[in-house]
Amino acid sequence: MSDPRLPAAFLQPGISSFSDFLAEQAPDLLPARRAVPQGHAGDLAPHGTTIVAATYPGGVVMAGDRRATMGNIIAQRDIEKVFPADEFSAVGIAGSAGIAVEMVRLFQTELEHYEKIEGTTLSMDGKANRLAALIRSNLGLAMQGLAVVPLFAGFDLTVDQGRIFSYDVTGGRYEETAFHSVGSGSLFARGALKKLYRADLDRTGCVTAVIQALYDAADDDSATGGPDLTRRIFPVVQVITADGGRRLPDAEVAAIADQVIAGRMTRPDGPAAPLTEGDAR
Amino acid sequence: MSMPFYVSPEQLMKDRADFARKGIARGRSVVAVQYADGILFVSENPSQALHKVSEIYDRIAFAAVGRYNEFENLRIAGVRLADMRGYAYDRRDVTGRGLANAYAQTLGTIFSSGGEKPYEVEIFVAEIGDSAADDQLYRLTYDGQVADEHGYAVMGGAADVVASYLSERYTEGTSLPDAVALAVAALGHSDNEKGDKEDRVISIDDLEVAVLDRSRSQARKFSRIRPARLDELLGDRGPVSPSSAAPSSADAPSPADAPSGADAPSGADAPSGGPSEAGPGPGDEPPVAPPA
Repeated sequence: MSDPRLPAAFLQPGISSFSDFLAEQAPDLLPARRAVPQGHAGDLAPHGTTIVAATYPGGVVMAGDRRATMGNIIAQRDIEKVFPADEFSAVGIAGSAGIAVEMVRLFQTELEHYEKIEGTTLSMDGKANRLAALIRSNLGLAMQGLAVVPLFAGFDLTVDQGRIFSYDVTGGRYEETAFHSVGSGSLFARGALKKLYRADLDRTGCVTAVIQALYDAADDDSATGGPDLTRRIFPVVQVITADGGRRLPDAEVAAIADQVIAGRMTRPDGPAAPLTEGDAR
Repeated sequence: MSMPFYVSPEQLMKDRADFARKGIARGRSVVAVQYADGILFVSENPSQALHKVSEIYDRIAFAAVGRYNEFENLRIAGVRLADMRGYAYDRRDVTGRGLANAYAQTLGTIFSSGGEKPYEVEIFVAEIGDSAADDQLYRLTYDGQVADEHGYAVMGGAADVVASYLSERYTEGTSLPDAVALAVAALGHSDNEKGDKEDRVISIDDLEVAVLDRSRSQARKFSRIRPARLDELLGDRGPVSPSSAAPSSADAPSPADAPSGADAPSGADAPSGGPSEAGPGPGDEPPVAPPA
């Protein structure tokens, strides 16, 4: 910025996408534009793991564990992997942590930039597609082991319900119903949610279900962190409703996590589901 | 056939300044008022889509009068500059002063370069801090001058009339409802040479109101005040004057004020203007106010 004047390209109307503007004006700021030497780079940096999201009537919940790993080492025990993308959506990331966090920052700026330039927010599908484009542009790095796989959830005001989108490394975008999970512990988390999730859960019930699912993921996946009782580190939980999104206060998450842990003291595998629909209640 | 005449630099600059000032005075005024929790912007703008006041960044807002296409370009450039800096460094590193400087350099260069038509715009760049003492309000004129304003500021339209109304009544640290009521009354105030002191009550649908509110919990402190909330804030003001409830066309002629003469070129004080004409569209009619 040696010339204090605004560059001519800044005054040019037309582009309302921040990442497109960066690609023209400062391509080196884009995470995907960096050349990495040939070879596998996946072991160089920490990896983030399990993210879970589930909808309930009137909202959607997204939660992530707090562990980042590098091979057999726990790189960080209080990393945050669930972020608000804008007022009505949140994004959780699994994969190469550094690139993922940078991509989230780019995505947040992208949504805000569009909103400020156009004076209106993107549709829920528009946001999901923009995220797909960012992931797609990272394919080169993904093939060298620096993959980023997000989970995107938000409250769609036009249809008045929570929606969840999952992605693959090529930028494939898939809408999920009810619940979904990504990351190394996602198989176990999804298995747990299959048994615990009900469409009529309320907010607290839905938060409890995702915390149960993260507990099951941590139980069987070494890269997913369970609740850290001595340090009082619990999952990051983002709740989004028609009034906007907010991160649940740590005290509230801790209270639910303590209940879950208390239940596991008597039954370590968690709540038992009925064998057939008719069983139990 | 045509002979190149010698035009003195003083005359050249004066002509360009007169040209720009006339364009700015044609629109309606925008008022910025500092209140206890931040900075309030009020403008008379019948359009719901073409804004005169907008968000630039977390704590920074932009307001403009003059030619819509010109200040819209400046606004977009400001959003890009702020977002790019915030992304490359950190959100806290985006400052109103940096933005005001970039605008000033841009406007100044365009004004003094012979090749381009000067921008017919005047701009506020406002930034709120953690307390009222840290709030900044910059006013930029078409020639790139920057003035640091305190308390309140007015630009465009009959700015001097509105400013004198505010100077008599403004107090520091007022509440939001009081600040809105004051700013709206100031915009409706007319003080023409016929001695006709009939103040207008501007319809709520013709007002564009936005705040930078430090009491908001989100990082983004800018918010627009919608008509329903505005109605609550203003309370009962008596019947709406017919003149301001006129059809919301950008070209609708406004009630005839007597033109006041243009004052000295440049300078931090408000350029005075002739009769106002509604807002933002590029709808340009020949100026009614003769240059000084």
